[in-house]
Amino acid sequence: MYAFEYHKPTSLRQAAAMLAKAEDAKILAGGHTLLPTMKQRLASPANLIDLGALDDLKGIERKGRSVVIGAMTTHAAVATSEVVREAIPGLAEMAEIIGDPAVRARGTIGGSVANNDPAADYPAACLALGATITTNKRKIEADDFFTGMFDTALEEGEIITKVAFPVPAKAAYAKFRNPASRYALAGVFVAKRGSEIRVAVTGAGANGVFRWSEAEEALKTRFSAKSLAGMKADVSMMNADIHADAEYRAHLVGVMARRAVEAATAR
Amino acid sequence: MAIVSMTVNGKAVTADIDPRTLLVQFLREHLRLTGTHVGCDTSQCGACVVHMNGAAVKACTTLALQADGAAVTTIEGLADGADLHPMQAAFREHHGLQCGYCTPGMIMTAVDMVNRLGGDLSEETIRAELEGNICRCTGYHNIVRAVETGAKAMAGGEPVRQAAE
Repeated sequence: MYAFEYHKPTSLRQAAAMLAKAEDAKILAGGHTLLPTMKQRLASPANLIDLGALDDLKGIERKGRSVVIGAMTTHAAVATSEVVREAIPGLAEMAEIIGDPAVRARGTIGGSVANNDPAADYPAACLALGATITTNKRKIEADDFFTGMFDTALEEGEIITKVAFPVPAKAAYAKFRNPASRYALAGVFVAKRGSEIRVAVTGAGANGVFRWSEAEEALKTRFSAKSLAGMKADVSMMNADIHADAEYRAHLVGVMARRAVEAATAR
Repeated sequence: MAIVSMTVNGKAVTADIDPRTLLVQFLREHLRLTGTHVGCDTSQCGACVVHMNGAAVKACTTLALQADGAAVTTIEGLADGADLHPMQAAFREHHGLQCGYCTPGMIMTAVDMVNRLGGDLSEETIRAELEGNICRCTGYHNIVRAVETGAKAMAGGEPVRQAAE
């Protein structure tokens, strides 16, 4: 890891000021992606701004028809939250299978969403549930937020403060995990809210998280796993690496989508 | 350099450190608490697990500065003088180790597991909860038995030796 200056602001305003002023600065949330990346020397920010003291960014609350989660809320907190369990059980179940227990104790929703790792789970949840991401400057719809692998609509100096998830009628997530990294080889989040059906896929796409429109169309006729019988994702859109080729990932997307719909309709 | 202060195993410590210092480096190299190990150094193996404000975390993926003001417990902080912690005793009774490298992390994870989920743990739960801790010797069977026994003992059940026999 290369040397850096460490800053620990005590308010969001101070954090934003530091981010605007410090050269080549990165935000540190739980650090479970950034620190390993810095150890590998794939990232070498000159300044780290640790949001760990911003308690305002931690917490979960039900606000009208949404569940609002602070950016610095850990995966463990989401997984065990009564509010999330009751309103969007599929979201709590998703948080419960991110990484391992120690990773979940530190990793945060804001960090995961801001990083937009192509195999991370939260981007799929945000996209499928139609989440709204709030920053210190504006609100961004999930559809506009995830702009490609490790790429988001966040601009310089922007800090995610919270993510609001509208409560769906039915929702669930199914993931086929790489047994070593626990990242998704294919993860599918499905959600039904009113007549709107959204299917978001992570881990499999060559350009990060995406909505699987063919599956959404098929589920509009009937929200049942049977509607997706025999379907698989477009092979030409799939990622291929040492863990799985494109053909296999396309197949897994179909299987995970059917499992997710089954789980969503079973409750 | 930056000043960091925290409580480690009940003792207040303060040091002037390079901001890059990882929590595990701080514990091992500054405080000479070498019970916490570095295995993979990529947050996969769990040899570095310690408790930070009551939660099991990977000390190789946490900056010492992130633990500023926190209460940290390491494997050295579990025993009560010469009396082993029930989870440590259970690992001994069940031979839950061979080379011992992963053991401190296994035990810290196991204690956290009981703190969160209680003493009555199924084998399935124990195996799932241990997924962030890798052992290359034992094949896990004795570790799972040790955690099961240690969990019961922590919850105030049978003493470890009796349960093992």
